[in-house]
Amino acid sequence: MWIKVHKRRQNVDRYIKTPLTEEITRELQAGDYVYITGVIYTARDAAHKRLYESIKEGEKSPLSLENNVIYYLGPTPERKGQVIGSAGPTTSSRMDKYTPLLLEQGLKGMIGKGKRSPEVINAIMINNSVYFAAVGGAGALLSKKIKSSKVVAYDDLGTEAIRELYVEDFPVIVIIDSLGNNLYETAVEDYLNKGV
Amino acid sequence: MKIIHTDEITRNIKEMCIEANFQLSPDMEKAIKEALEDEKSKLGKQILKQLEENMEIAKEENIPICQDTGMAIVFFKMGQEVRLEGGFLEEAINEGIRQGYQEGFLRKSVVGDPLLRENTKDNTPGIIHYEIIPGENIEITVAPKGFGSENMSRIYMLKPADGIEGVKKAVLETVKMAGPNACPPIVVGVGIGGSFEKAAFLAKKALTRNLNEHSSIEHIKDLEQELLKEINTLGIGPGGLGGKNTALGVKVETYPTHIAGLPVAINICCHVNRHISRSI
Repeated sequence: MWIKVHKRRQNVDRYIKTPLTEEITRELQAGDYVYITGVIYTARDAAHKRLYESIKEGEKSPLSLENNVIYYLGPTPERKGQVIGSAGPTTSSRMDKYTPLLLEQGLKGMIGKGKRSPEVINAIMINNSVYFAAVGGAGALLSKKIKSSKVVAYDDLGTEAIRELYVEDFPVIVIIDSLGNNLYETAVEDYLNKGV
Repeated sequence: MKIIHTDEITRNIKEMCIEANFQLSPDMEKAIKEALEDEKSKLGKQILKQLEENMEIAKEENIPICQDTGMAIVFFKMGQEVRLEGGFLEEAINEGIRQGYQEGFLRKSVVGDPLLRENTKDNTPGIIHYEIIPGENIEITVAPKGFGSENMSRIYMLKPADGIEGVKKAVLETVKMAGPNACPPIVVGVGIGGSFEKAAFLAKKALTRNLNEHSSIEHIKDLEQELLKEINTLGIGPGGLGGKNTALGVKVETYPTHIAGLPVAINICCHVNRHISRSI
């Protein structure tokens, strides 16, 4: 179904700006540390279901997906003076069902944590997109990289609403690149074989 | 006999919900710091460093450690000599959760119907486990549970013939299947025996034990240590990106069971293992 390609080069740190074009995604390799600056959008279970259904029904989607990045996040409520509450990633596999369709619509980057299904990996390769992981559980630390937040769709969903975030140097690691390399597989193998 | 007003229960539950989400218990904090010292993998060390920094920021800036502030699990042990005054106990507990999640700026992560999935907007109801104990105190443990790890939990109805090797196989298989999804390094609670639901309850209870506290039953203490050792040879590591520290601890609880049964429940928790206990 898909072919695994071995590492082409040493992993590097990269500083990238959204929108995430194919020029950028093709350059990223599984294992690269990436610092993202620009606008990203939050969506998780409930918002994905609505987006998916609205696309399937040919309705106008409240979010343009072309060259955008979705962050799988449901934050805690912010206190006065805070931009956003605790803001770490949720488990991506719950969004697997909806993801291939969103990638077809032009979504170029996803930030979450945990494994993706073969169908999603395939769709990532076909659409030249990228899957990043942010450190699971680092909600307080990650919230500091978010400079503004506003709800842009599905307000009734509370924490699950679609938010437009402006982030600066948001730290993520490339897990699945556009060639289908999967860091969750190679990193564990590398550790067991070489103890790196 | 001691009379306790349910308002006092509400107040304590509220405070515990909040406290649990901003600072981990000392044994958990220490375990994460020790894992950082001990980790061999470069990526693993980087991730643990971020987790350590995260704990500091959470404490100093009043931001919840993790955005999944969990479904509130409450272990409510009521002394047999206690008499309650005030409203209905269950409502008082849920009111404490409601207030805690509101005043603590914690996330409202509960849906009223598992199929219709409309958010209840106040993180209630909690999940309450009642127990009667001797004496005239109430002992409460509040353990908010995040579902990234909860979703990786499993129950096996083993055959008695599967024995301890079958138990170990079930635990290792569960941890392997979880991989990165439960935000390693994890804490593993195992319940062995009882019935289908008792085993699961034991596994959840096991997660509230101090990491440094071993089972008082000799062969179970050995099992805890062996499981921890074997899990940490899997190489899953922090964030599931390879490393030595896949689990910070394994705690096992047991109960008598049927002659035909060997239920084994494995409740996975991430490194944000939150539990606070108070006595009223």
